[in-house]
Amino acid sequence: MYVAVKGGETAIAHSLDLLADKRRGDRDVAELSLEQIDQQLGLAVDRVMTEGSCYDRSLAALAIKQARGDLIEAIFLLRAYRTTLPRFGDSLPLDTSAMVAERRISSTFKDVPGGQVLGPTYDYTHRLLDFSLATEGDRPAAPTAPADTNRTLPRVGDILEREGMLEPPPLDEASEDLTRQPLTLPASRPVRLQNLARGDEGFLLALGYSTQRGYGNNHPFVGEIRYGQVPVSFVPEELGFAIEIAEIDVTECDMVNQFAGSHDVPPQFTRGYGLAFGHSERKAMAMALVDRALRAEELSESATSPAQDEEFVLAHSDNVEASGFVQHLKLPHYVDFQSELVVVRALRAEVEARRQQAALDQAAE
Amino acid sequence: MSLSSSADAPAQARRQRWLSVLAKAPAARLAALWDGLGPVPAYTLLRRPETGLVMVKGRISGSGAPFAAGEMTATRAAVRLESGEVGIGYVGGRSARHAEIAAAVDALGQRADWRDRLEVEIVAPLEAEADTRRRAVAARAAATKVDFFTVAREAGT
Repeated sequence: MYVAVKGGETAIAHSLDLLADKRRGDRDVAELSLEQIDQQLGLAVDRVMTEGSCYDRSLAALAIKQARGDLIEAIFLLRAYRTTLPRFGDSLPLDTSAMVAERRISSTFKDVPGGQVLGPTYDYTHRLLDFSLATEGDRPAAPTAPADTNRTLPRVGDILEREGMLEPPPLDEASEDLTRQPLTLPASRPVRLQNLARGDEGFLLALGYSTQRGYGNNHPFVGEIRYGQVPVSFVPEELGFAIEIAEIDVTECDMVNQFAGSHDVPPQFTRGYGLAFGHSERKAMAMALVDRALRAEELSESATSPAQDEEFVLAHSDNVEASGFVQHLKLPHYVDFQSELVVVRALRAEVEARRQQAALDQAAE
Repeated sequence: MSLSSSADAPAQARRQRWLSVLAKAPAARLAALWDGLGPVPAYTLLRRPETGLVMVKGRISGSGAPFAAGEMTATRAAVRLESGEVGIGYVGGRSARHAEIAAAVDALGQRADWRDRLEVEIVAPLEAEADTRRRAVAARAAATKVDFFTVAREAGT
């Protein structure tokens, strides 16, 4: 028997042409520019940068355009691109208290120092479709108010921490990097946070939700969410001193959770942390919930729910891996399937033979 | 290798400030100011502009141990003037010209005959524009700050 091992080149080439044609769509409709995607689909750009784990607005916009708006495909494209680039090194850790905050809220303290700054949020919209957006038109500029730009925003966590009501974050954790070393279990908190930071928003959202519904509940409160611009400091080896190489937008969520205390620690609040590129609030919150859930063992809680299972969470959070493994099922499995066909045919023949033999035996009696 | 020593701390502080301002400026704006200088001393590229990645670190709960939050693109270049000064540019993003101009300004800034002019014509304007942008962001955010109306309780209760 001959098995086709090559073929389909023309079909594949034409499929790529058709894809490009479909991507462009109706030629009577203006083509999207990367600037339009960056400016007007900014939250899609933010998600692609976060889960693509590469901050570059125009690259993310290009990936979204190329992927025809399929964000998981765009994330894959961005991840693939980053593998072609050399690594210059690590930045100094971001100082999010130096943020020029566009939004900063706390659901634990009404009168938080610096105030509740709502910023651009969908929280207070009515979720009614706005048909005025269906046509082009001038949009009014946002109002302004006097602001003090020299003041840093104190962290809500620091205030509770001073009273001893909130656990301080760990300071001495080994710095590892999943892009350099494979994931090993048990994973350190920094490794877990890196995994969650690039993890799929939908997956983490569902896991975070599951903890609220009782699958590992840890009574969360939003200690603080802030979104805005922070400088990135880097020490070039040629210089030997730090310079700021850019300002990037990030969203940070410090989630505060109930904790009954243990033998060694009096009752206090514990924390989960979320950090994402751009304005990615749902992602940062889900990340913080899952980060806290994964600390069950460390805090001597019973770990019986999926969100508390480190192996389950960390091994399935990456949508590039997940999408690849699920979608590889579309590739030719002709030989695999042929071998299974042979096995099933043989089994069926055996069953049929046994059935006929039984019928003969019965007739003979 | 480090070009710095404790003896030239003020010079290092100036370069640090300049390089940060240059890197954070919009590439097109920096290029326009650079072109506006007119003829500048020739330089050679010690390192052609190269794009790579910087791993951005965050901290657990904002103030704890560092972790790798995700990468960002960055571009670097190095130039040498005929008079010998070496300039280094590191900028976020993928603009080769941005990194090269930053390196050229860094090199020229080490020359006394150019320093003041570059400060006045490039660095100070970029710094002022960055401050204006920051104020605009803060002013729009400030307009969304919640003013709570509190109801005073009646006396004696």
